[in-house]
Amino acid sequence: MPILIFPTLFLAVNVGGAGRATDIPAFPDVAGFLDFELAGAIVQSTMLSAVSGGIALALDIESGFMDRLIASPISRTAIVVGRLASTAVMGVISGIWFVSIGLLFGAEIQGGVLGALLVVLMASACAAAWGGFGAALALRSGTVSVVQGIFPIVFVIIFLSSAFFPADLLLEPARSISDWNPMSFIAEGIRDPIVSDISAGPVLKGMLAIAGVMALGAALSVWGLRKRLAG
Amino acid sequence: MRGTWLLMRRAINEVIRVPGAAIPGIAAPTLFLLGLTAVFGKLTLLPGFSTSDFMAFILPISVMQSATFSGAATGVNLARDIEQGWFDRLYVSPLSRSSLLAGHVFSASLRSLMPITVVITIAIAFGVGIQGVDALLLAVALAAAFAATVACYAIILALYFRTQQAAPLMQAGAFMMVLFTTAYAPLDLLTGWYQEVARYNPVRFIVEGVRQMSVYGVDWAHTWKALAALAGLALFFGLFAMRGLRRAADA
Repeated sequence: MPILIFPTLFLAVNVGGAGRATDIPAFPDVAGFLDFELAGAIVQSTMLSAVSGGIALALDIESGFMDRLIASPISRTAIVVGRLASTAVMGVISGIWFVSIGLLFGAEIQGGVLGALLVVLMASACAAAWGGFGAALALRSGTVSVVQGIFPIVFVIIFLSSAFFPADLLLEPARSISDWNPMSFIAEGIRDPIVSDISAGPVLKGMLAIAGVMALGAALSVWGLRKRLAG
Repeated sequence: MRGTWLLMRRAINEVIRVPGAAIPGIAAPTLFLLGLTAVFGKLTLLPGFSTSDFMAFILPISVMQSATFSGAATGVNLARDIEQGWFDRLYVSPLSRSSLLAGHVFSASLRSLMPITVVITIAIAFGVGIQGVDALLLAVALAAAFAATVACYAIILALYFRTQQAAPLMQAGAFMMVLFTTAYAPLDLLTGWYQEVARYNPVRFIVEGVRQMSVYGVDWAHTWKALAALAGLALFFGLFAMRGLRRAADA
């Protein structure tokens, strides 16, 4: 529930508090600020899902359940992949939740049903991608408190991206960092089907960014698993 | 009085002896101050925005967030004391119920001074101008008193749920009271139902009172509303916290 409630409350505060931002001359042409903010809420929720997945894995390690899984006749990779798959499912739930919330409060999904499906698909992939980092941290540290400690980093990554506001309107140094932050590409990829007809550029860049994060997260998870098995 | 003071000393010792425990209460408001300024800083371009410096506008939110976390921590620590049986020993001690409540509540005010000071110092380092020593002292006093009010709210929850698992409700619940105000923009620039919630949320008046430090400068119109809102909330949550303590003693 926290992975939905907190981003939903934050969405409400952002839209209610900064909703007039669309009146700023340089603001992109969108139907409403809620439409623009939905992508930010989705990536925030998926990042929290990733941390929650890491915490669950760390709990398994702390409680000794992980040792029993390792001793059981199942693939060791499946232990981590299974955890990442559950994080991906949380991403699906996040995507559906925020698309529903958006529609309920007057947002329009310009990309139609296909656009909505694309949003949910990318939310799921995004959750699994960042989930790799959560799993890697859990496997290396083996403690819940360490994984919980990365919560602030979630906000740093999001604040330094164009998830909540157009990149051109961010203040420095966030403005420059957002150009290189994969979260910007992911958020803009998720936002595209919401605020316009589906266009190849932002969506493909978003998918590429997700693939990059996923590859790095998976590599770190495998390394973390090997270290844990060796230790 | 001595009992109250000893309980306050105990709470302060927790911070002095485990300084790491204070880090989240300082890091989160600082992160929000810098992050929200970077993200929403250009909102000041909107006609009718009361300042051209967004960090000066959002600083009271981070100050109030610091107070919120300190107040909520009091509730979490009380829940821990209940779980560990320490609170039962306090009940059978000759300490009065009001001293018990005052000790916890005032310790929240005292503890909040550290994160509040750090956040204001960081804002000044980033160029926020303070509208006079009187405005600064008033803001700190209001925020510290708000920490005590949040502590009452958190104590109610701690006594009801009797577990540290209620911590998110204490922290997030109180923080939302602060966020559903004129957190990002003046009241006239807020939109939809959020504007109505902010209009009638008493915490808005405390936020505006603290904002005298960095935006308005001290004036009676902001000050009396802040004091009245604070007194009302303190009375409301204080009475329920006292009732919770009496009920817990009878159980």
